[in-house]
Amino acid sequence: MDFSLTKEQVLFQQMIKDFAEREVKPLAAEVDEQERFPIETVEKMAKIGIMGIPIPKQYGGAGGNNVMYSMAVEELSAVCATTGVIVSAHTSLCAAPIMENGTEEQKQKYLPKLASGEWIGAFGLTEPNAGTDAAGQQTTAIEDGDNYIINGSKIFITNAEYAHVYVIFAMTDKSKGTRGISAFIIEKGTPGFSIGKKEKKMGIRGSATCELIFENVVLPKENLLGKLNKGFGIAMKTLDGGRIGIAAQALGIAQGAINETVRYVKERKQFGRPISGFQNTQFQLADMNTKTEASRMLVRKAANKKDQKVPYSVDAAMCKLYAAETAMEVTNKAVQLHGGYGYTREYPVERMMRDAKITEIYEGTSEVQRMVISANMLK
Amino acid sequence: MDTTCRVLTIPIKKEMKIVVCIKQVPDTTEIKIDPKTGTLIRDGVPSIMNPDDKSGLEMALQLKDEQGAHVTVITMGPPQADLILREAFAMGVDRAIHLTDRKFAGADTLATSHALAGALRKIEFDLLITGRQAIDGDTAQVGPQIAEHLDLPQVSYLEDLKFDGDKTFTMKRHIEEGYQMLEVEAPCVVTVLSSANTPRYMNVGGIVDAYQKEVEVWGFNEIEVDEKNLGLKGSPTSVHKAFARGLKPAGELYEVETDEAVGIIIKKLKEKFILN
Ligand SMILES: Cc1cc2nc3c(=O)[nH]c(=O)nc-3n(C[C@H](O)[C@H](O)[C@H](O)COP(=O)(O)OP(=O)(O)OC[C@H]3O[C@@H](n4cnc5c(N)ncnc54)[C@H](O)[C@@H]3O)c2cc1C
Ligand SMILES: Cc1cc2nc3c(=O)[nH]c(=O)nc-3n(C[C@H](O)[C@H](O)[C@H](O)COP(=O)(O)OP(=O)(O)OC[C@H]3O[C@@H](n4cnc5c(N)ncnc54)[C@H](O)[C@@H]3O)c2cc1C
Repeated sequence: MDFSLTKEQVLFQQMIKDFAEREVKPLAAEVDEQERFPIETVEKMAKIGIMGIPIPKQYGGAGGNNVMYSMAVEELSAVCATTGVIVSAHTSLCAAPIMENGTEEQKQKYLPKLASGEWIGAFGLTEPNAGTDAAGQQTTAIEDGDNYIINGSKIFITNAEYAHVYVIFAMTDKSKGTRGISAFIIEKGTPGFSIGKKEKKMGIRGSATCELIFENVVLPKENLLGKLNKGFGIAMKTLDGGRIGIAAQALGIAQGAINETVRYVKERKQFGRPISGFQNTQFQLADMNTKTEASRMLVRKAANKKDQKVPYSVDAAMCKLYAAETAMEVTNKAVQLHGGYGYTREYPVERMMRDAKITEIYEGTSEVQRMVISANMLK
Repeated sequence: MDTTCRVLTIPIKKEMKIVVCIKQVPDTTEIKIDPKTGTLIRDGVPSIMNPDDKSGLEMALQLKDEQGAHVTVITMGPPQADLILREAFAMGVDRAIHLTDRKFAGADTLATSHALAGALRKIEFDLLITGRQAIDGDTAQVGPQIAEHLDLPQVSYLEDLKFDGDKTFTMKRHIEEGYQMLEVEAPCVVTVLSSANTPRYMNVGGIVDAYQKEVEVWGFNEIEVDEKNLGLKGSPTSVHKAFARGLKPAGELYEVETDEAVGIIIKKLKEKFILN
């Protein structure tokens, strides 16, 4: 058994830490405050291959693995969780399902543009009445000759405003429940497809979270992703992979909060000495670090299993559950150790605590992860 | 009948060949020195590519991007120095050479430059780039010494460089009072400042491939140099004493008008008996 990174991963970590520190961190507070999508960062990431890490070289990607990809989301999120989720939704929720389910033509058409970052990807599953119960899809796709006519809407879609390609889900056969859902690829600018309301959020405020509206959208049949009526399985499998990305985001947020806190407690003096001298501070830090390192092990294990092409759904659920709850706990403690200053926007831990919360909700709430884990135990 | 045959010479744009000398240095502004031996303590200090060298490499890669060039990097150093050669691959170089041999150990700047020159005699190039200086040794001697060993023109403290595609480089050189513009013919040696550019990040795809590529490892037998110029034997420098410089006390800052400032300075100088 070997817990060490490969030589390539060591080199990659050196690059991504440096990139996050110099290019991403300086914008984090502004992006949050102004609810601004950091498009310039996406362009910089695109230039050096961060938008296509696990995409094979033959489709224009970097040909890296999922461990590297998770390290990228971790390091980006450690300084800016908005940037982390932009990469995660793009890679795991759009490029990955096309890679895994697309026809050769679809792969040739979409992957090089996604991998190069020329196009940004998004994923539309959630609807106003279909959240945790994703099977309750109300968006419909009715066959019409060589086309499907799509009607309905999606909410809370990450990257929505800035994306060029969307993987979406709709009912193709209402009588069949989950066996009547299909996946489609839809491009920005398709007539009848528009972006609706943008959410005002607690955290990850720079990521554009919007509604997608489909009004009699005519989609040619070649835009069907995977087989007809197999969309629900595609959605679930895609979310398994996505959970590794979100777990990595949570892990990064926790690590970022620890980094800020360690610096702060050494500087802040009360009762004539740095607050790092108090045993409570030391013990809190020890717990924060231990849980964060445990999260990292779970994330890397799940990513490694995906790379080895062995089943990883339960591992993905565990790492997402644990890392998200750890991020919430660690950022809460980080604010506490900063005292009143931590409650202000002068210090990044305030933002980190707000950012952490979403990791317990999207791509399956913590309750859903517990259902996945226990269902596997009791089957 | 006029049968004169006119020979048109169309200049063939040949691919420029660039070699960049890169050195692995400890990533610290506060270098620790072993008080007994006077040598650097490298254990536990993360190592990086020397900043001036990285800018030199960026300059080479920009020439490659703009007009096409074949870029080779070369380093002399212990086996761990392999890391900066992989980093160079991930940034986009075509070839990497690692000079390593017991015979090179204990080299000072002169012996280092002899070893590098010995290797460079085996490589064809139009342009040799070195950093201005390494952040650990800080002598700024190696580049100019290589140029002397190879009897090539040299331009130090380079900020910018253009190539006409045939034989001539136009260079912008930093001097104390401003800049000097020079035209130099290939082959030549330049030493580059880290202020010349911002080096690119390693490319993710390049990182994935970095360890699939071959680093050529060269020892004494692969290079062309007199053995007596190498290693400890070839190093005339002897360290008299190495010590960490004491910290300067924090300065005092005054934000005042010029007249008042002059008064304060004179008073301070008198207090220190520099003026009387
Ligand atoms: C910022 C943001 C970005 C998002 N990005 C995307 C995106 O890119 N694409 C996309 O498709 N979706 C996206 N979502 C949607 C997200 O995945 C859903 O919000 C999430 O799945 C929860 O669904 P819901 O909001 O409808 O909550 P509900 O399903 O209404 O859940 C409410 C509560 O009930 C609990 N609950 C529900 N069912 C059960 C049960 N059976 N047992 C126990 N507890 C249960 C939940 O755990 C939760 O605590 C995003 C959401 C947000 C806020
Ligand atoms: C007295 C003395 C003893 C030393 N002893 C040791 C020792 O025991 N162990 C040890 O590890 N080092 C030792 N060094 C340092 C080592 O010899 C340096 O690599 C060499 O002297 C370069 O000097 P510098 O760092 O001043 O480079 P500079 O002259 O400042 O470097 C200028 C440029 O030359 C190029 N360059 C320099 N060195 C190399 C290299 N090795 N490979 C490729 N390009 C290079 C780079 O482009 C660099 O930017 C010693 C140096 C001195 C002066």
